[in-house]
Amino acid sequence: MSEPILELRGINKSFGPVHVLHDIDLVVNPGEVTALVGDNGAGKSTLVKCIAGIHPTDSGEVLFNGQPVQIRGPRDAADLGIEVVYQDLALADNLDIVQNMFLGRERTKAGLLDETDMEQAARKTLASLSVRTVKSVRTQVSSLSGGQRQTVAIAKAVLWNSKVVLLDEPTAALGVAQTRQVLDLVRRLAEQGLGVVLISHNMNDVFEVADRIACLYLGRMAAVVSSKEVTHGQVVELITAGRSGDLGIARPEAATI
Amino acid sequence: MSSEEASMTKTTESTEQEAPQGAISDFGIDTTSQSTGEAIRDYWARVRGGELGSLPALLGLVVLLIVFSALSDTFFTLGNLANLLQQGASITIIAMGLVFVLLLGEIDLSAGTASGVTASVMALHLIHNGNLLGGMGDTVFYVFCGLLVLAIVLAVVMKIWAGAALSAVALVIAAVGIPANAWLEMLLAVCVGAAIGCITGFLVAKVGIPSFVVTLALFLVWGGVVLQLIGQGGTLGLRDDTIFNVANGNLNFVGSWALFVIAVGGYAAVVLTRHFSRLRRGLVAQPTTLVLTKIGALAVLAAIITYALSLNRAPSNLVVIEGVPYVVPLVLVLLVIGTFVLDRTSYGRHVYAVGGNKEAARRAGINVERIRMSVFVIASSAAAIGAIVYSSKVGSVDPNAGGGNTLLLSVGAAVIGGTSLFGGKGRLRDAVIGGAVLAIIQNGMGLLKQPAAVVFIVTGLVLLLAASVDALSRRRAATAAR
Repeated sequence: MSEPILELRGINKSFGPVHVLHDIDLVVNPGEVTALVGDNGAGKSTLVKCIAGIHPTDSGEVLFNGQPVQIRGPRDAADLGIEVVYQDLALADNLDIVQNMFLGRERTKAGLLDETDMEQAARKTLASLSVRTVKSVRTQVSSLSGGQRQTVAIAKAVLWNSKVVLLDEPTAALGVAQTRQVLDLVRRLAEQGLGVVLISHNMNDVFEVADRIACLYLGRMAAVVSSKEVTHGQVVELITAGRSGDLGIARPEAATI
Repeated sequence: MSSEEASMTKTTESTEQEAPQGAISDFGIDTTSQSTGEAIRDYWARVRGGELGSLPALLGLVVLLIVFSALSDTFFTLGNLANLLQQGASITIIAMGLVFVLLLGEIDLSAGTASGVTASVMALHLIHNGNLLGGMGDTVFYVFCGLLVLAIVLAVVMKIWAGAALSAVALVIAAVGIPANAWLEMLLAVCVGAAIGCITGFLVAKVGIPSFVVTLALFLVWGGVVLQLIGQGGTLGLRDDTIFNVANGNLNFVGSWALFVIAVGGYAAVVLTRHFSRLRRGLVAQPTTLVLTKIGALAVLAAIITYALSLNRAPSNLVVIEGVPYVVPLVLVLLVIGTFVLDRTSYGRHVYAVGGNKEAARRAGINVERIRMSVFVIASSAAAIGAIVYSSKVGSVDPNAGGGNTLLLSVGAAVIGGTSLFGGKGRLRDAVIGGAVLAIIQNGMGLLKQPAAVVFIVTGLVLLLAASVDALSRRRAATAAR
């Protein structure tokens, strides 16, 4: 197995008296899709926001490419090559695809926007992801369907030579065909050698694209399992009870003995 | 549509059923150049999808021109048309500044009275030969300087360097007391406008008060300030040829045609350079014939207007009035600069982005507060230029300067032209087209000897119509997308 691109060790996070994350360990490998699953309130989104630099962590270590790093804000994360695709998208409806993909990081030539350069780069990125459902990269985002918007949001994350992409429920609001597109895209990201973290509630999606499944249970990492070695039912048990047979958090009585 | 249908079949699996008709097929179409017919069909599809832009206003403009020409003998005369340009210029300029504010979905109700303040300061400086201390009285002068310092500080805190620099220039001019000079007075007006914008913008962007409330309060405040500066019942006369000529003077024959060459040549150069650079890099471009046709049509139109305006249009034989009015190049320059900023710089892109989705802009690393503050600086500075024009037109500044319906007509001009009050949609030329529509209504109704009551009612109804078109086209765009 290759060197992990991103490694979390003993991450703790509290919001006031509420201890949300307990000693979380997580490894993200390049070229792999790691699914992050858990019930509502298990801490999935908080964990992603800690990695993205939106929330500071209380304790714990983050290693990027084997080097310990400090992520103090979204900019630090972006500089490392960590991009997040948020559940509620974050695209401006009134701009076209190219303008959205380069938003905040426009390429300029002599102080002016270099439209042709940006258009070509955007097209190349979309083509490399085999996105073939958009007529023109100059289409306004407002006239795109939900799946296409999600695709653009993901492509935006990829455009910046990112190493790790975190996807927060990318298929939550999509229809069947659109989910299909997005899952294909997620797979392609991994094939390009990126480390992908996918948060999802949908077990079918998880089993379809994930190489490994990390189950959070009440803020603890219950288990990280290979998706080929577990069944659907076992993962559901891990999510709901925190253990399944030998997997997961040990029973209290077993632990005391 | 046949090419789209063909490519639809290629990607049946992945094309979704909810896609708007005509918008989705293959991505490969991007590299091929369009034919003229395709380009026109594409445009028509966008219009039907609710992207009307300034089309309704342009149609309205043509209808109004025809109606008033038919009803009034004097309307379609050279003298009146030139007069119309001069009448509409100030509203148009204020509206251009307001477009920036409206693009963020904000409103600046104080632009009118703020322009009155700048006009009063300009007139005081001229009349008292640079001695603002004497003109305003001690207390008012020190408060005025204090506000300028405050504006500088606020602009520096928010890193809006242009706003800080202009406010500082205003402070220097006020404090040093340089003798009256028309150009200096006009600069002072614009700088005071920028300072006012810094204060408004800070209250909206950083303190977080809704722009409606901030500018409603400031609307009253500035109205009071104008009264204080001019004095109850007084009027400040602007006896200066340079200032008088801004709205009443004309370019000479050579100047008129030089303007024509520069405007048309510049437009052609910009459009053709971009067109051929896109073609060279294999990006989709409009067909060359269509681009050339557009340039040609514009050149012919501009030539006719320039020719007509360079004829003598004086009503009597005693004087000669000819040439393109100065307000035309003034509005053109502001239009070009503003459009350039909005379309070709990162700043302009960020303005649209913040107007479209504030949260997305924030996550993309855009300093949203700074953008929000800066648009108010632009709006107030533009309002000051508008103030120079309307003061020049009447030759004096009265206590009602910028009050009344100056602001409402300016917002109306922007909205009639197609700028959305919901933010994110609009262009500077909307303000120009909308300003022309309003100027024609006011001028034409006046010539038809309609009472003020009818003029107000008609103007209001046109504004209502424009707002309905915006709301309906938005709904249409929303249903087309889903």
